[in-house]
Amino acid sequence: MDSGRQDPGTVEHGDYAIETRGLNLWYGDFQALFDVDLGVKRGIITSMIGPSGCGKTTLLRTCNRIIERLGYVRTTGSVNVLGHDIFGDDVELVQVRKQIGMVFQRPNPLPISIRENVLFGFRLHEARLRRVTAAEEDEVLESSLRQVLLWDTVKDRLDKPATGLSLEEQQKLCIARLLPVKPEVLLMDEPCSALDPAGTEAVEELIWRLRGDYTILIVTHNMAQARRASEECVFMLLGRIVEHGRTEELFLSPEHSETADYIEGRYG
Amino acid sequence: MAATAAAMDRRDLAWYTDRAARVLVFIGGISAVVFILGIFVFVTKEGLDFVFGALNLREFFTSIEWRPTSNNPTYGALALIVGTASVTGFAMLCSVPLSLGAALFIAEFATGKTRETLKILVEMLAAIPSVVWGFVGMSIMHPLIIRIFDVPLGLGVLNAGLILGLMAAPIMTTIAEDALKAVPDTYREAAEALGATRWEVILKVVIPASKNGLLAAVLLGVGRGFGETMAVLMASGHAINLPTSVFDSVRALTATIASELGDTVYGSDHYGALFTLGILLFLVTFVINLTADVVVRGIRKK
Repeated sequence: MDSGRQDPGTVEHGDYAIETRGLNLWYGDFQALFDVDLGVKRGIITSMIGPSGCGKTTLLRTCNRIIERLGYVRTTGSVNVLGHDIFGDDVELVQVRKQIGMVFQRPNPLPISIRENVLFGFRLHEARLRRVTAAEEDEVLESSLRQVLLWDTVKDRLDKPATGLSLEEQQKLCIARLLPVKPEVLLMDEPCSALDPAGTEAVEELIWRLRGDYTILIVTHNMAQARRASEECVFMLLGRIVEHGRTEELFLSPEHSETADYIEGRYG
Repeated sequence: MAATAAAMDRRDLAWYTDRAARVLVFIGGISAVVFILGIFVFVTKEGLDFVFGALNLREFFTSIEWRPTSNNPTYGALALIVGTASVTGFAMLCSVPLSLGAALFIAEFATGKTRETLKILVEMLAAIPSVVWGFVGMSIMHPLIIRIFDVPLGLGVLNAGLILGLMAAPIMTTIAEDALKAVPDTYREAAEALGATRWEVILKVVIPASKNGLLAAVLLGVGRGFGETMAVLMASGHAINLPTSVFDSVRALTATIASELGDTVYGSDHYGALFTLGILLFLVTFVINLTADVVVRGIRKK
């Protein structure tokens, strides 16, 4: 039997940061997700792999409802984040997104200074509640940039436009700007796909450093990345979850033939 | 091999068509520039004799005595300048918030059919002839202003400003909407994912990112208002006057040229004075449009 493999079903409810039940999603008439049941455990890195168009990104983008920007999206089923149904009437989208930070495929810093980028979310959420002092902002700025190993690089040009940074630095900045509002969950949609190998390595190392402090759900095309940088792995195919388990076991002894075929590169 | 070599210098119909098309397109492209330069040269030439002859610069800019047909003619254009400025200023006051609001709604909120319908409506608004606007000012706004505000005359800054505002709105809305649409969607997505509301996204991301385009839209609207003639002539009351309230009648630079040029003797001082007004208008609109252009280029460079 699968020694040591944790069946996601046996873990207690509170151990999940994200939990979907019977999630179906349609883009217009096209169904992109079929009956997805996924439990993402707290405090670890879970990666999602699968061929293009299998619904990884769709599933990720449903977790903070950013998918609804498209306007023609319909869902059934439930998505629980930190115990709250994010489609429920008693849940405010803004608060959901405060708890769930998102990193996109292409680094997308806002066209403002590095400082303002890092403080953007902080100012949005904290300024709603209270007055924030400049000293506090400076502190938040420095600690966020230090956490993503960017402080020494940018400390002398905090007021320069963020769009002038290299792609690797931009992506780190995009991670840094999530941290000041203290999210529980970070969603990452192929965060290294626009980066060169050195940048990929640096950002991966950073993601690994954030493990434990945050629950991280990361979509990747790169199986080596999934293998290196995650503790649990989800394999998706044609809008369904085929297999979900500990990364090393999923790669060494996959239960399903589709998983094995994909991992061995027979399609993708 | 010989056959291939022989075919190398063949010029077929496509070659000649290409040549002809190139020449035609070149003529088309250059002619716009030539005509505009021609107009500028003509206006300057007609006005220049007066500028260096009978014109008293100090009187021109500081006196309100515009008496070109008097026995002892004076050419003080201050009232005309103030008239144009006040009408344009009032028009922008009404029109800028409305136009930017409309652009925001069309670009950021409206979707599908609503959006398309609104865009077409705004563009149709731009196609209404200015004399029709002038007619609206005279026959609808005029009595309306008298009734609502209980003033003796409804032709003045208020009337002309409102009409002009409505006329400038379509171009401002269209350009502003283009500027808003040019903001990459990834910015909005990034801000929304950080927990910004729709309004916060607009206020803190979209507007700052498109501020140059929005400024250009406003400047083009100002240019449009500045140069408008017929509607202002009909709705402003056309009285030489320094306005002290929005109900006062004024006279605009453009309207003065339009109404007086037909009665002047070719080459006379009056004729030259009107062309001097033309030079002034040309310079101001040129500066406004140039600024708008520089501002728009500023966005692209970033």
